[in-house]
Amino acid sequence: MLYERRARVDAQRDTNAPPEDTHLAMHGESHPGYLEYVKIAVILGAITAVEVGVYYVEAIEDLLIPILIALSTVKFALVALWFMHLKFDNRIFSWLFVGGIMLAASVFLVAWTTLDILL
Amino acid sequence: MQHVTPAEHGMETSTGLDNRKLLMWLFLASECLFFGSLVATYLLYKGRSTTPPFPHDTTIAGVEYSGIYDIPFTSVSSFVLLMSSLTMVLALAALQRDNRRAAQVWILATALLGITFLAGQAFEFTEFYHEGLTVSSSVFGSTFFVLTGFHGTHVAVGVLILLSLFVMGLRGRLTSERSLNLELAGLYWHFVDVVWIVIFTFVYLIQ
Amino acid sequence: MASAIPEQRPVSIGEALRGLRHEAATYKGILSWIATVDHKRIGVMYGITAFIFFLIGGLEAMVIRIQLAQPNQSVVDPQQYNQIFTMHGTTMIFLVVMPMSAAFFNLMVPLMIGARDVAFPRLNAFSYWVFLLGALFLNFGWITGDIPDSGWFGYAPLSVQSLGHGMDFWMLGLQILGISSMAGGFNFIVTILNMRAPGMSLFRMPVFIWMTLVTSFLIILAMPVITIALFELGFDRFFAANFFNPENGGDPLLWQHLFWLFGHPEVYILILPAMGIVSEILPTFARKPLFGYPFVVFSGILIGFIGWGVWAHHMFTTGLGAPANAAFGVSTMIIAVPTGVKIFNWLGTLWGGSIHLATPLLFAVGMVAMFIIGGLSGVTHAVVPSDFQQQDTYYVVAHFHYVLFGGAIFGLFSGIYYWFSKFTGRMLSEGIGKVHFWLMLAGFNLTFFPHHMLGLLGMPRRIYSYPEGMGWDVYNMISTVGAFVIAASMLVFMFNFIRSIKRGRRASADPWDGRTLEWTIPSPPPPYNFATIPVVHARDEAWHRKYVEDDQGRIVRVPAGAEHDVESHEAAGAEGHHIHMPLPSIFPLIAAIGLPMIAFGLTYYQDTHGEWALPLIPAGVVVLLIGIFGWGLEPEAE
Repeated sequence: MLYERRARVDAQRDTNAPPEDTHLAMHGESHPGYLEYVKIAVILGAITAVEVGVYYVEAIEDLLIPILIALSTVKFALVALWFMHLKFDNRIFSWLFVGGIMLAASVFLVAWTTLDILL
Repeated sequence: MQHVTPAEHGMETSTGLDNRKLLMWLFLASECLFFGSLVATYLLYKGRSTTPPFPHDTTIAGVEYSGIYDIPFTSVSSFVLLMSSLTMVLALAALQRDNRRAAQVWILATALLGITFLAGQAFEFTEFYHEGLTVSSSVFGSTFFVLTGFHGTHVAVGVLILLSLFVMGLRGRLTSERSLNLELAGLYWHFVDVVWIVIFTFVYLIQ
Repeated sequence: MASAIPEQRPVSIGEALRGLRHEAATYKGILSWIATVDHKRIGVMYGITAFIFFLIGGLEAMVIRIQLAQPNQSVVDPQQYNQIFTMHGTTMIFLVVMPMSAAFFNLMVPLMIGARDVAFPRLNAFSYWVFLLGALFLNFGWITGDIPDSGWFGYAPLSVQSLGHGMDFWMLGLQILGISSMAGGFNFIVTILNMRAPGMSLFRMPVFIWMTLVTSFLIILAMPVITIALFELGFDRFFAANFFNPENGGDPLLWQHLFWLFGHPEVYILILPAMGIVSEILPTFARKPLFGYPFVVFSGILIGFIGWGVWAHHMFTTGLGAPANAAFGVSTMIIAVPTGVKIFNWLGTLWGGSIHLATPLLFAVGMVAMFIIGGLSGVTHAVVPSDFQQQDTYYVVAHFHYVLFGGAIFGLFSGIYYWFSKFTGRMLSEGIGKVHFWLMLAGFNLTFFPHHMLGLLGMPRRIYSYPEGMGWDVYNMISTVGAFVIAASMLVFMFNFIRSIKRGRRASADPWDGRTLEWTIPSPPPPYNFATIPVVHARDEAWHRKYVEDDQGRIVRVPAGAEHDVESHEAAGAEGHHIHMPLPSIFPLIAAIGLPMIAFGLTYYQDTHGEWALPLIPAGVVVLLIGIFGWGLEPEAE
């Protein structure tokens, strides 16, 4: 798969305009504008407010953990996709980042499970 | 940083990706394991403390202990850090459009928000210390201070980077051709922000 | 610097630095080594440093073997014995096999992928200096008497409660070494992904490059875990934190989880580079391409992945419970499959080849054979009930010496014999080399094969002595004799090495009829490696430049004069001054010096009540920052 992607990247490089142009295009056009960033930030702020809000609602105590995890995942994704430009950038960066997160999550989940069985 | 070699422009690399940007993303992947280990330690030891103060309201053997966390306060500082990500990305957008003055303003704003967050953390640590929570008082104290302390150290390093970039800007060295410097600082900064998103949920909010 | 010549116009720091850099760029004198950013020089420094530590670690092993030669000996007392086996293990893993592999990464990666240097030459220099200073810091206890004594895996709570500063040196030393390894890991991943010569797609890369890539990924992902474990240990030791303190809700088992979460990927960090070296040497000396290249590559990648799912097999006897033991037992058996695939591919490479039995091949075949023995005893550990019997016995000692000495060290020596000529321009003596090989092979097996028997007879590891009548006497004596044979073989090697540097036969650019790009350039290579960056058309590019198939499908040499590229390189070499090389820099060294300063401060500030040690911490931070800022602000290329 990686091999295919590389072949693709190579092909792109060959057909592309001079590198100076790609450099500008990479920064100038594909990134969103100021307004979009502000919108994302407003959403992030709102989610934080909701998080803190549900924390104080005793009625949904049982659902609190899944709700909070879901909300923070959305926040995480918004920052990574827009502010860190993963949505617009080369996929390799996304693979590296997601790979790191998944590796950490899976090994520590397993470690946690084995330690919890013990206790 | 000053002399930009062709390889740094991502022109001559085999993948077409810039060397330094690839390095930064590899570093962030590695940092996932760094903070993963810290958060895992915190979660593993959650609820194992036998000595007060406890993070949340707890009843042990009929005695009620009120939790030490000040959620409204931490929510505000979380919000501050979250907004610093906005100012960070605005700084980059401004610099890429060659609006250097605006970029300088946003960089400074980001650094100031970071400093505000750190001040909040210093205040929180002092409060907790006065309530008897130390690194050695309980396993909660150990895991809490070490996890949030390492995060705070990362923020402090980020502030230092931002201030360095600001000084570079004052001397006219931060231009749109060199926006990669700011972009890399931004990636680091946003990463520190998303780590806090995880910490805020898993450490502060989930009981 | 500036005030040295007061009668003249004051020299600014910038000018002084430029002067220094100019001097360093001449490739002569000590300063040119200290400030070097040339991957070849850094590789040489890595190799020499690692070899010196190999001798130190070897001496430690000799003390162990002398102490255990007979029952009831007291060459060293129990505490000294603890210190010596701790330092032996730590030294061999972190100061020998890892940096020796790093030496090969440095020397070979740019040459094999057709690059002029690594992606970040100054970061590379930083890696080396941090490694050197970290290694010295780790060994500082030999001067003060505070020597690490809790074993190379530093199990808590023993490592927390260990008295004196020994474990502080261990903990902070490994922290510093971790920074070095990670910096190197990042550098080599970027180098391999981004700096390949045109046409060298991922699946045209030599297997050694693939293994370097996998190893580097393992390093950058596994090192942070031990970093945290060591920080937690440090907080427990320095600030009475409770991470591993059961009285306050901590759990010593967490240390084992974190340590082996790092530790198991680490064993692949140790062996994969050697596997890569062997995968280069076997095809060259069998004179046919590597059998099943994609399988070898994918096995390596698979080992890298599965290596993350087997860590708890180090912990079968800690009471993980049957489900966890079963799961980790199975995953451990599964990881034997890609390893076995590699071994069959190596055998397939040799099969039917026209074998040239030179010293590098002897070591490579020795590596394969010894690694098979170590691998098989490894599989017996994967069987949980069997492991319960073997845990903490000499059987385990036999296993990991067969994979780390028989595997990694034999592989690294084969690399030394193979590539020595590329960097010195002279050949190592084949005759003396063969004496070295057979002595080392015999000594190795004499030393470590009896450990299998000792383990099965119940001899625990890490005991400083044992009584008579346990049935262990003969095997221990054989083992000690073997250790002396290994020592003798090292003397032979050093004699060969030093003699060959001075008086060895002159080597051509391509003495072994090699298959990869490093053999297309002169020995030793010029500072810029490739006068013109090669264009790669095939896997085994160098070989394809030398040989073609004739009409009957026979392999024939390309007629003299018709070799493309190679000739033109020589011609273009005269114009080498057009090549822009990275400038030397002393800032990586300056930045590196900050780290042990901080570490010394942390180690001693509680003893000295802040008198001299405490200020050392901020001072170290300042030095580190000066290094980093200087690094960031100086021009990096002409």
